[in-house]
Amino acid sequence: MKRNELKAWLYLLPALLFLAVFMLYPLVDVLIYSFEEGYNSASQSYTGIGFYNYSYILRDPYFLQALKNTLILVFITVPISTALALLLSVALNSIKPLRRLFQTVYFLPYVTNTLAVGMVFMILFQKTPYTNGLVNLIIGLFGVAPIDFIDGPYAAKMLVLCIYTIWVVMPFKVLVLTGALASVREDYYSAARVDGTSRFRIFRRITLPMIAPMLFYLVITGFIGAFKAYSDAVAIFGTDLNAAEMNTIVGYIYDRLYGDGGGYPSYASAAAIVLFLIVLTITAINLLIRRKKLEGGGVQ
Amino acid sequence: MNVTLQHLTKRFPARGKKGEDVIAVNAANVEIKDGELLGLLGPSGCGKSTMLNLICGLLQPSEGRILFGEDDVTDLPPERRGIGLVFQNYALYPHLTVMQNILFPLENLKGPDKLTREEMRERALRIAALVQIDGLMDRKPSELSGGQQQRVAIARALVKMPRVLLLDEPLSNLDARLRLQTREEIRRIQQETGITTIFVTHDQEEAMSISDRIVVMKSGVIQQIGHPQEIYDDPCNLFVAKFLGTPPINVFRGEVRENCLYIGDAVVLRLTNTPDCSVFVGIRPEGFVPDADGALVCRGKAVEVMGRDVSVVATHEALEAPALRAIVSAEEVRSRDAERVAFSLKPHKVLLFDRASEERIPFTVRED
Repeated sequence: MKRNELKAWLYLLPALLFLAVFMLYPLVDVLIYSFEEGYNSASQSYTGIGFYNYSYILRDPYFLQALKNTLILVFITVPISTALALLLSVALNSIKPLRRLFQTVYFLPYVTNTLAVGMVFMILFQKTPYTNGLVNLIIGLFGVAPIDFIDGPYAAKMLVLCIYTIWVVMPFKVLVLTGALASVREDYYSAARVDGTSRFRIFRRITLPMIAPMLFYLVITGFIGAFKAYSDAVAIFGTDLNAAEMNTIVGYIYDRLYGDGGGYPSYASAAAIVLFLIVLTITAINLLIRRKKLEGGGVQ
Repeated sequence: MNVTLQHLTKRFPARGKKGEDVIAVNAANVEIKDGELLGLLGPSGCGKSTMLNLICGLLQPSEGRILFGEDDVTDLPPERRGIGLVFQNYALYPHLTVMQNILFPLENLKGPDKLTREEMRERALRIAALVQIDGLMDRKPSELSGGQQQRVAIARALVKMPRVLLLDEPLSNLDARLRLQTREEIRRIQQETGITTIFVTHDQEEAMSISDRIVVMKSGVIQQIGHPQEIYDDPCNLFVAKFLGTPPINVFRGEVRENCLYIGDAVVLRLTNTPDCSVFVGIRPEGFVPDADGALVCRGKAVEVMGRDVSVVATHEALEAPALRAIVSAEEVRSRDAERVAFSLKPHKVLLFDRASEERIPFTVRED
């Protein structure tokens, strides 16, 4: 078997090299940067090794704002988008006429360009000298005072960002769940029908457990993706996110590297490591829960 | 619970503009007695599974009625008919244990039928003991063998005490050895519970060995209904005669002329009161008697020893198949080589069918 193993390693070598150079090395490099205090990019020297970078960013109001925004975004959009996607795909699964049409409609957001969509959302929500935006027009009919979603109160801006994010990530989830639902064998439903199982019970005890692996996948990747949010915020609020209080962790990292407050690779590295640790923890928790659920099995 | 099917028909609309509707079940009329084990037998595509699905309620008939006892259940959904169904692929829920699978139907019972947890468990264990899987209750279906999964599926169908038990090709997923064992199990379970049972199969040996009665179907039309031995000895047409029996019946082209049955130029049987016609002559393998002076002369191909019997393979110009197979007892065979083998025929193993319609023609042998 030695020869086969050698061949296997040879085939893997290009990919492994690529991974090592573009993923492992930068990770280690960033980790090292994050511990180098007072780094000066002009002279490429540093004054010491320690936790100064971390303590700086954890006291930096911009970082804390970004952290807060990102956490809110993650814990609101991931559960809501997954639950809505599940509802939609179950609904799509149960209609026969016009199913293809609706599937296409619900998938459209996936093929759109982030920035283009952002512009449309601005039209919907933004207050300009000429108009208050479409949404304000509608809520005005109910006698509610117009809200400035783009430049106004924090809650309104967060709301727009959440709606936008959910709208953009749902199609892929609907696609995956539709596939998962279709893979459940018809036999199981027939058997349950013959036993007189109510539709709710069929969903809870048969459908859900059988698509559970796919749901877990969507939740985990959903969390990971949401933590990396940045382009969505820019699409709606423009590049100066700090001014709009809508920055995200990734945005903060970018700002510290190249933005207005930039030229501080050590702070950016520290923030990047913090993000890495958060995502690692969340993923580990998800995997633990998944293991528990799958071993427990479908209990009453 | 006896089951009556009246003029049951299922039509599937044609695909596309051309083509006709497919009539999967054509005006079926069957009376199934209480406690009977009935086999629906036929080749692939004959409509037997469709008939089962109609009785079950998963399909709605285009015409006709279905009655369980006195109740007309044609318009009732499957869960209100009181049936238990065993699927061909068992359809056991893979994420539940055996115990949970069996309990599942009981958890759906509502109202006056609702059972307590203990009653449910007790019933599940009782049924499990009946099908002999009580040691496996904590396993998942993927941890069971085919035969064990089969029995769990049967237990799940029986646990609701249905009025009628339906099985869709219960043995086709099992290997040959297991098939013999399991069909006896099905018979035993059916007799112990006394439930009216209908099962679908394409294996005639299986149907004949355990059914009380068989319904033979072809292209949606019921050919014959009767006890296995009856259908074997007295088939109503050539299809039924060829479908039942291993080895299969040997079919020759023949003529009845002036009360003599001719195969080729030889008179193999003398008859009375039988009109002239062109016929197919079906001779069961056990209907050949080796006879040096026998009327039916064939060219021998091989002699296969089976211990108790001997299988003689031979050819004849009037034979419809490439070769005929005769089962004779070992003592009757004189010589082993024989290019020329001659047989005389046992008259009650000879069946005549009209050449054009393939319907069975009765005949009388001349007594002398």
